[in-house]
Amino acid sequence: MAAEVSNSKILQPDYQLNEPEPEHCPGPESEKAGQGDACVGCANKDICESLPKGPDPDIELITENLSQIGHKILVLSGKGGVGKSTFTSMLAWALSADEDLQVGAMDLDICGPSLPQMLGCAEESIHESGAGWSPVYVADNLAAISIQFMLPEDDSAVIWRGSKKNALIKRFLKDVDWDRLDYLVVDTPPGTSDEHISINKLMKESGLDGALIVTTPQEVALLDVRKEIDFCRKAGIKILGLVENMSGFVCPNCKGESFIFRPTTGGGQALCKELGIPYLGSVPLDPRIGQACDKGDSFLDLYPDSPASIAILNVVEHLRDAVGDAC
Amino acid sequence: MTDQAPKSFSQIKHVILILSGKGGVGKSSVTTQMALTLASQGHKVGVLDIDLTGPSVPRFFGMEGKSIFQSERGWLPVVAYSDANQNALLKIMSLGFLLNDRGSSVVWRGPKKTSMIKQFVQDVVWGELDYLLIDTPPGTSDEHIAIAEELRFARTDGAVLVTTPQDISTADVKKEINFCKKANIKILGIIENMSGFVCPHCSECTNIFSKGGGLKLSETHEIDFLGAVPIDPSFVDMIEGQTEASQPLVTLYRASALHSIFSSIVEDLQTKDLTSGC
Repeated sequence: MAAEVSNSKILQPDYQLNEPEPEHCPGPESEKAGQGDACVGCANKDICESLPKGPDPDIELITENLSQIGHKILVLSGKGGVGKSTFTSMLAWALSADEDLQVGAMDLDICGPSLPQMLGCAEESIHESGAGWSPVYVADNLAAISIQFMLPEDDSAVIWRGSKKNALIKRFLKDVDWDRLDYLVVDTPPGTSDEHISINKLMKESGLDGALIVTTPQEVALLDVRKEIDFCRKAGIKILGLVENMSGFVCPNCKGESFIFRPTTGGGQALCKELGIPYLGSVPLDPRIGQACDKGDSFLDLYPDSPASIAILNVVEHLRDAVGDAC
Repeated sequence: MTDQAPKSFSQIKHVILILSGKGGVGKSSVTTQMALTLASQGHKVGVLDIDLTGPSVPRFFGMEGKSIFQSERGWLPVVAYSDANQNALLKIMSLGFLLNDRGSSVVWRGPKKTSMIKQFVQDVVWGELDYLLIDTPPGTSDEHIAIAEELRFARTDGAVLVTTPQDISTADVKKEINFCKKANIKILGIIENMSGFVCPHCSECTNIFSKGGGLKLSETHEIDFLGAVPIDPSFVDMIEGQTEASQPLVTLYRASALHSIFSSIVEDLQTKDLTSGC
């Protein structure tokens, strides 16, 4: 017999039952859980009784706290190291270049936060006030929040299981005093697990505009990105578009082009066509992007005329169109 | 939990984890190349992929679409390569083999991931292995806590850390070093991957993701530096070009320019005082 993982319940509940639900089960999450006729003698009775009833009361507080934010965009990818944080920082820099826009950047990568270094604010820390946690201001109109601001040492390991990560994400959404924002861009870790389930569950009420998917051209990355797209569809997250990062490399010496992560299966563009997703373009590999990110400088400010900057600004423009913010 | 090594590990001589705090630095690529190098030397190698939401190992070995079979004793891993005498030299286990569609997402919270890893450690029929390489997802969370707990009594040799040269990457790997210290996992060494790219047109080397970050990290933390691996697009071509008809990956890899680098990395690891051994 070939073993297989059942996909019937893709969004798994937070609890585990001792046995399958019996006939006439009122439902483990219902108001009557543990009290129905069918519950007498059921091995799940204790579990169902102890589950919190009704919707999470914090969702209302989160919705309230995020009510003054115009657009909320997730930056997602199934794969690590494709440039999610780089793109989040680029989005933040590009949007905040317009002085009339208030921009926030939230880093949900709890175990490997990269956004603060890319925005040049890794040494900062968060202040707590009556109104909640004050984010770190990178510029007058650009604020950021990350676990990095709370670590005792910059290399402290955050060895947390999912439940603890979820609790922090909740506080980021509920307690950060953003004030009024035109855009909140949310950087995420790779995968389709706790952080992704939680952010979707907790922000749904507040109105997520959708997700920007980042990939690199090779099939090993696209394979994971497919899974993320599958997740978005199942979770009801709108996909605003896909951008292919690290697309080609132009040798600074001879100007010859090479495909470092060769798109053997057609790259991001073919995937978009297959799955019916807007393709927002490709950004070439430019070693100066990595250098700027290491130093916390804005690549877009330093090299505004480079092909990579032009491609990135093009993606930003597309995204603003996709969320209905004509500029 | 019992304080004994899992039974499934009883015939495994060495267990090595491949870790990195950062994603996309080449953990699966390094795992694959270490496995190919060891198998090429005639060793019996197992590869366990505990990246549950983004398993890449089946694709690397050209084994996508294969199934895991359940026997009375447990799950039988996929055999990726056997020698002339039909001895299986390369066995693979990954969640990728358990999905009915390659595009399906695995949307699991921590507890589910933890129990799957427990099953992967306890229920796979590896048989006799010289080396078991464990490929991991990025981070220091559920999967890492779970594997550390499951391997507590399995005489793990230690971990190989993979990084790319830039600061953004080494910053996350520093966190992984601290994780290893806290979890009592010995660090065998650091590999700097994607270290420079030689232009095929003019042979000029460009350090796309900077250079020397891994070496510097190993010096600051007094960890052995195992080697720097350049970007070689022909490796991706080799992986992606696999067909049923092509030669086995182990044979193809012997001709790769990266093979000599990994031979020296593996040799370096073998001369270390690897703690386990039955």
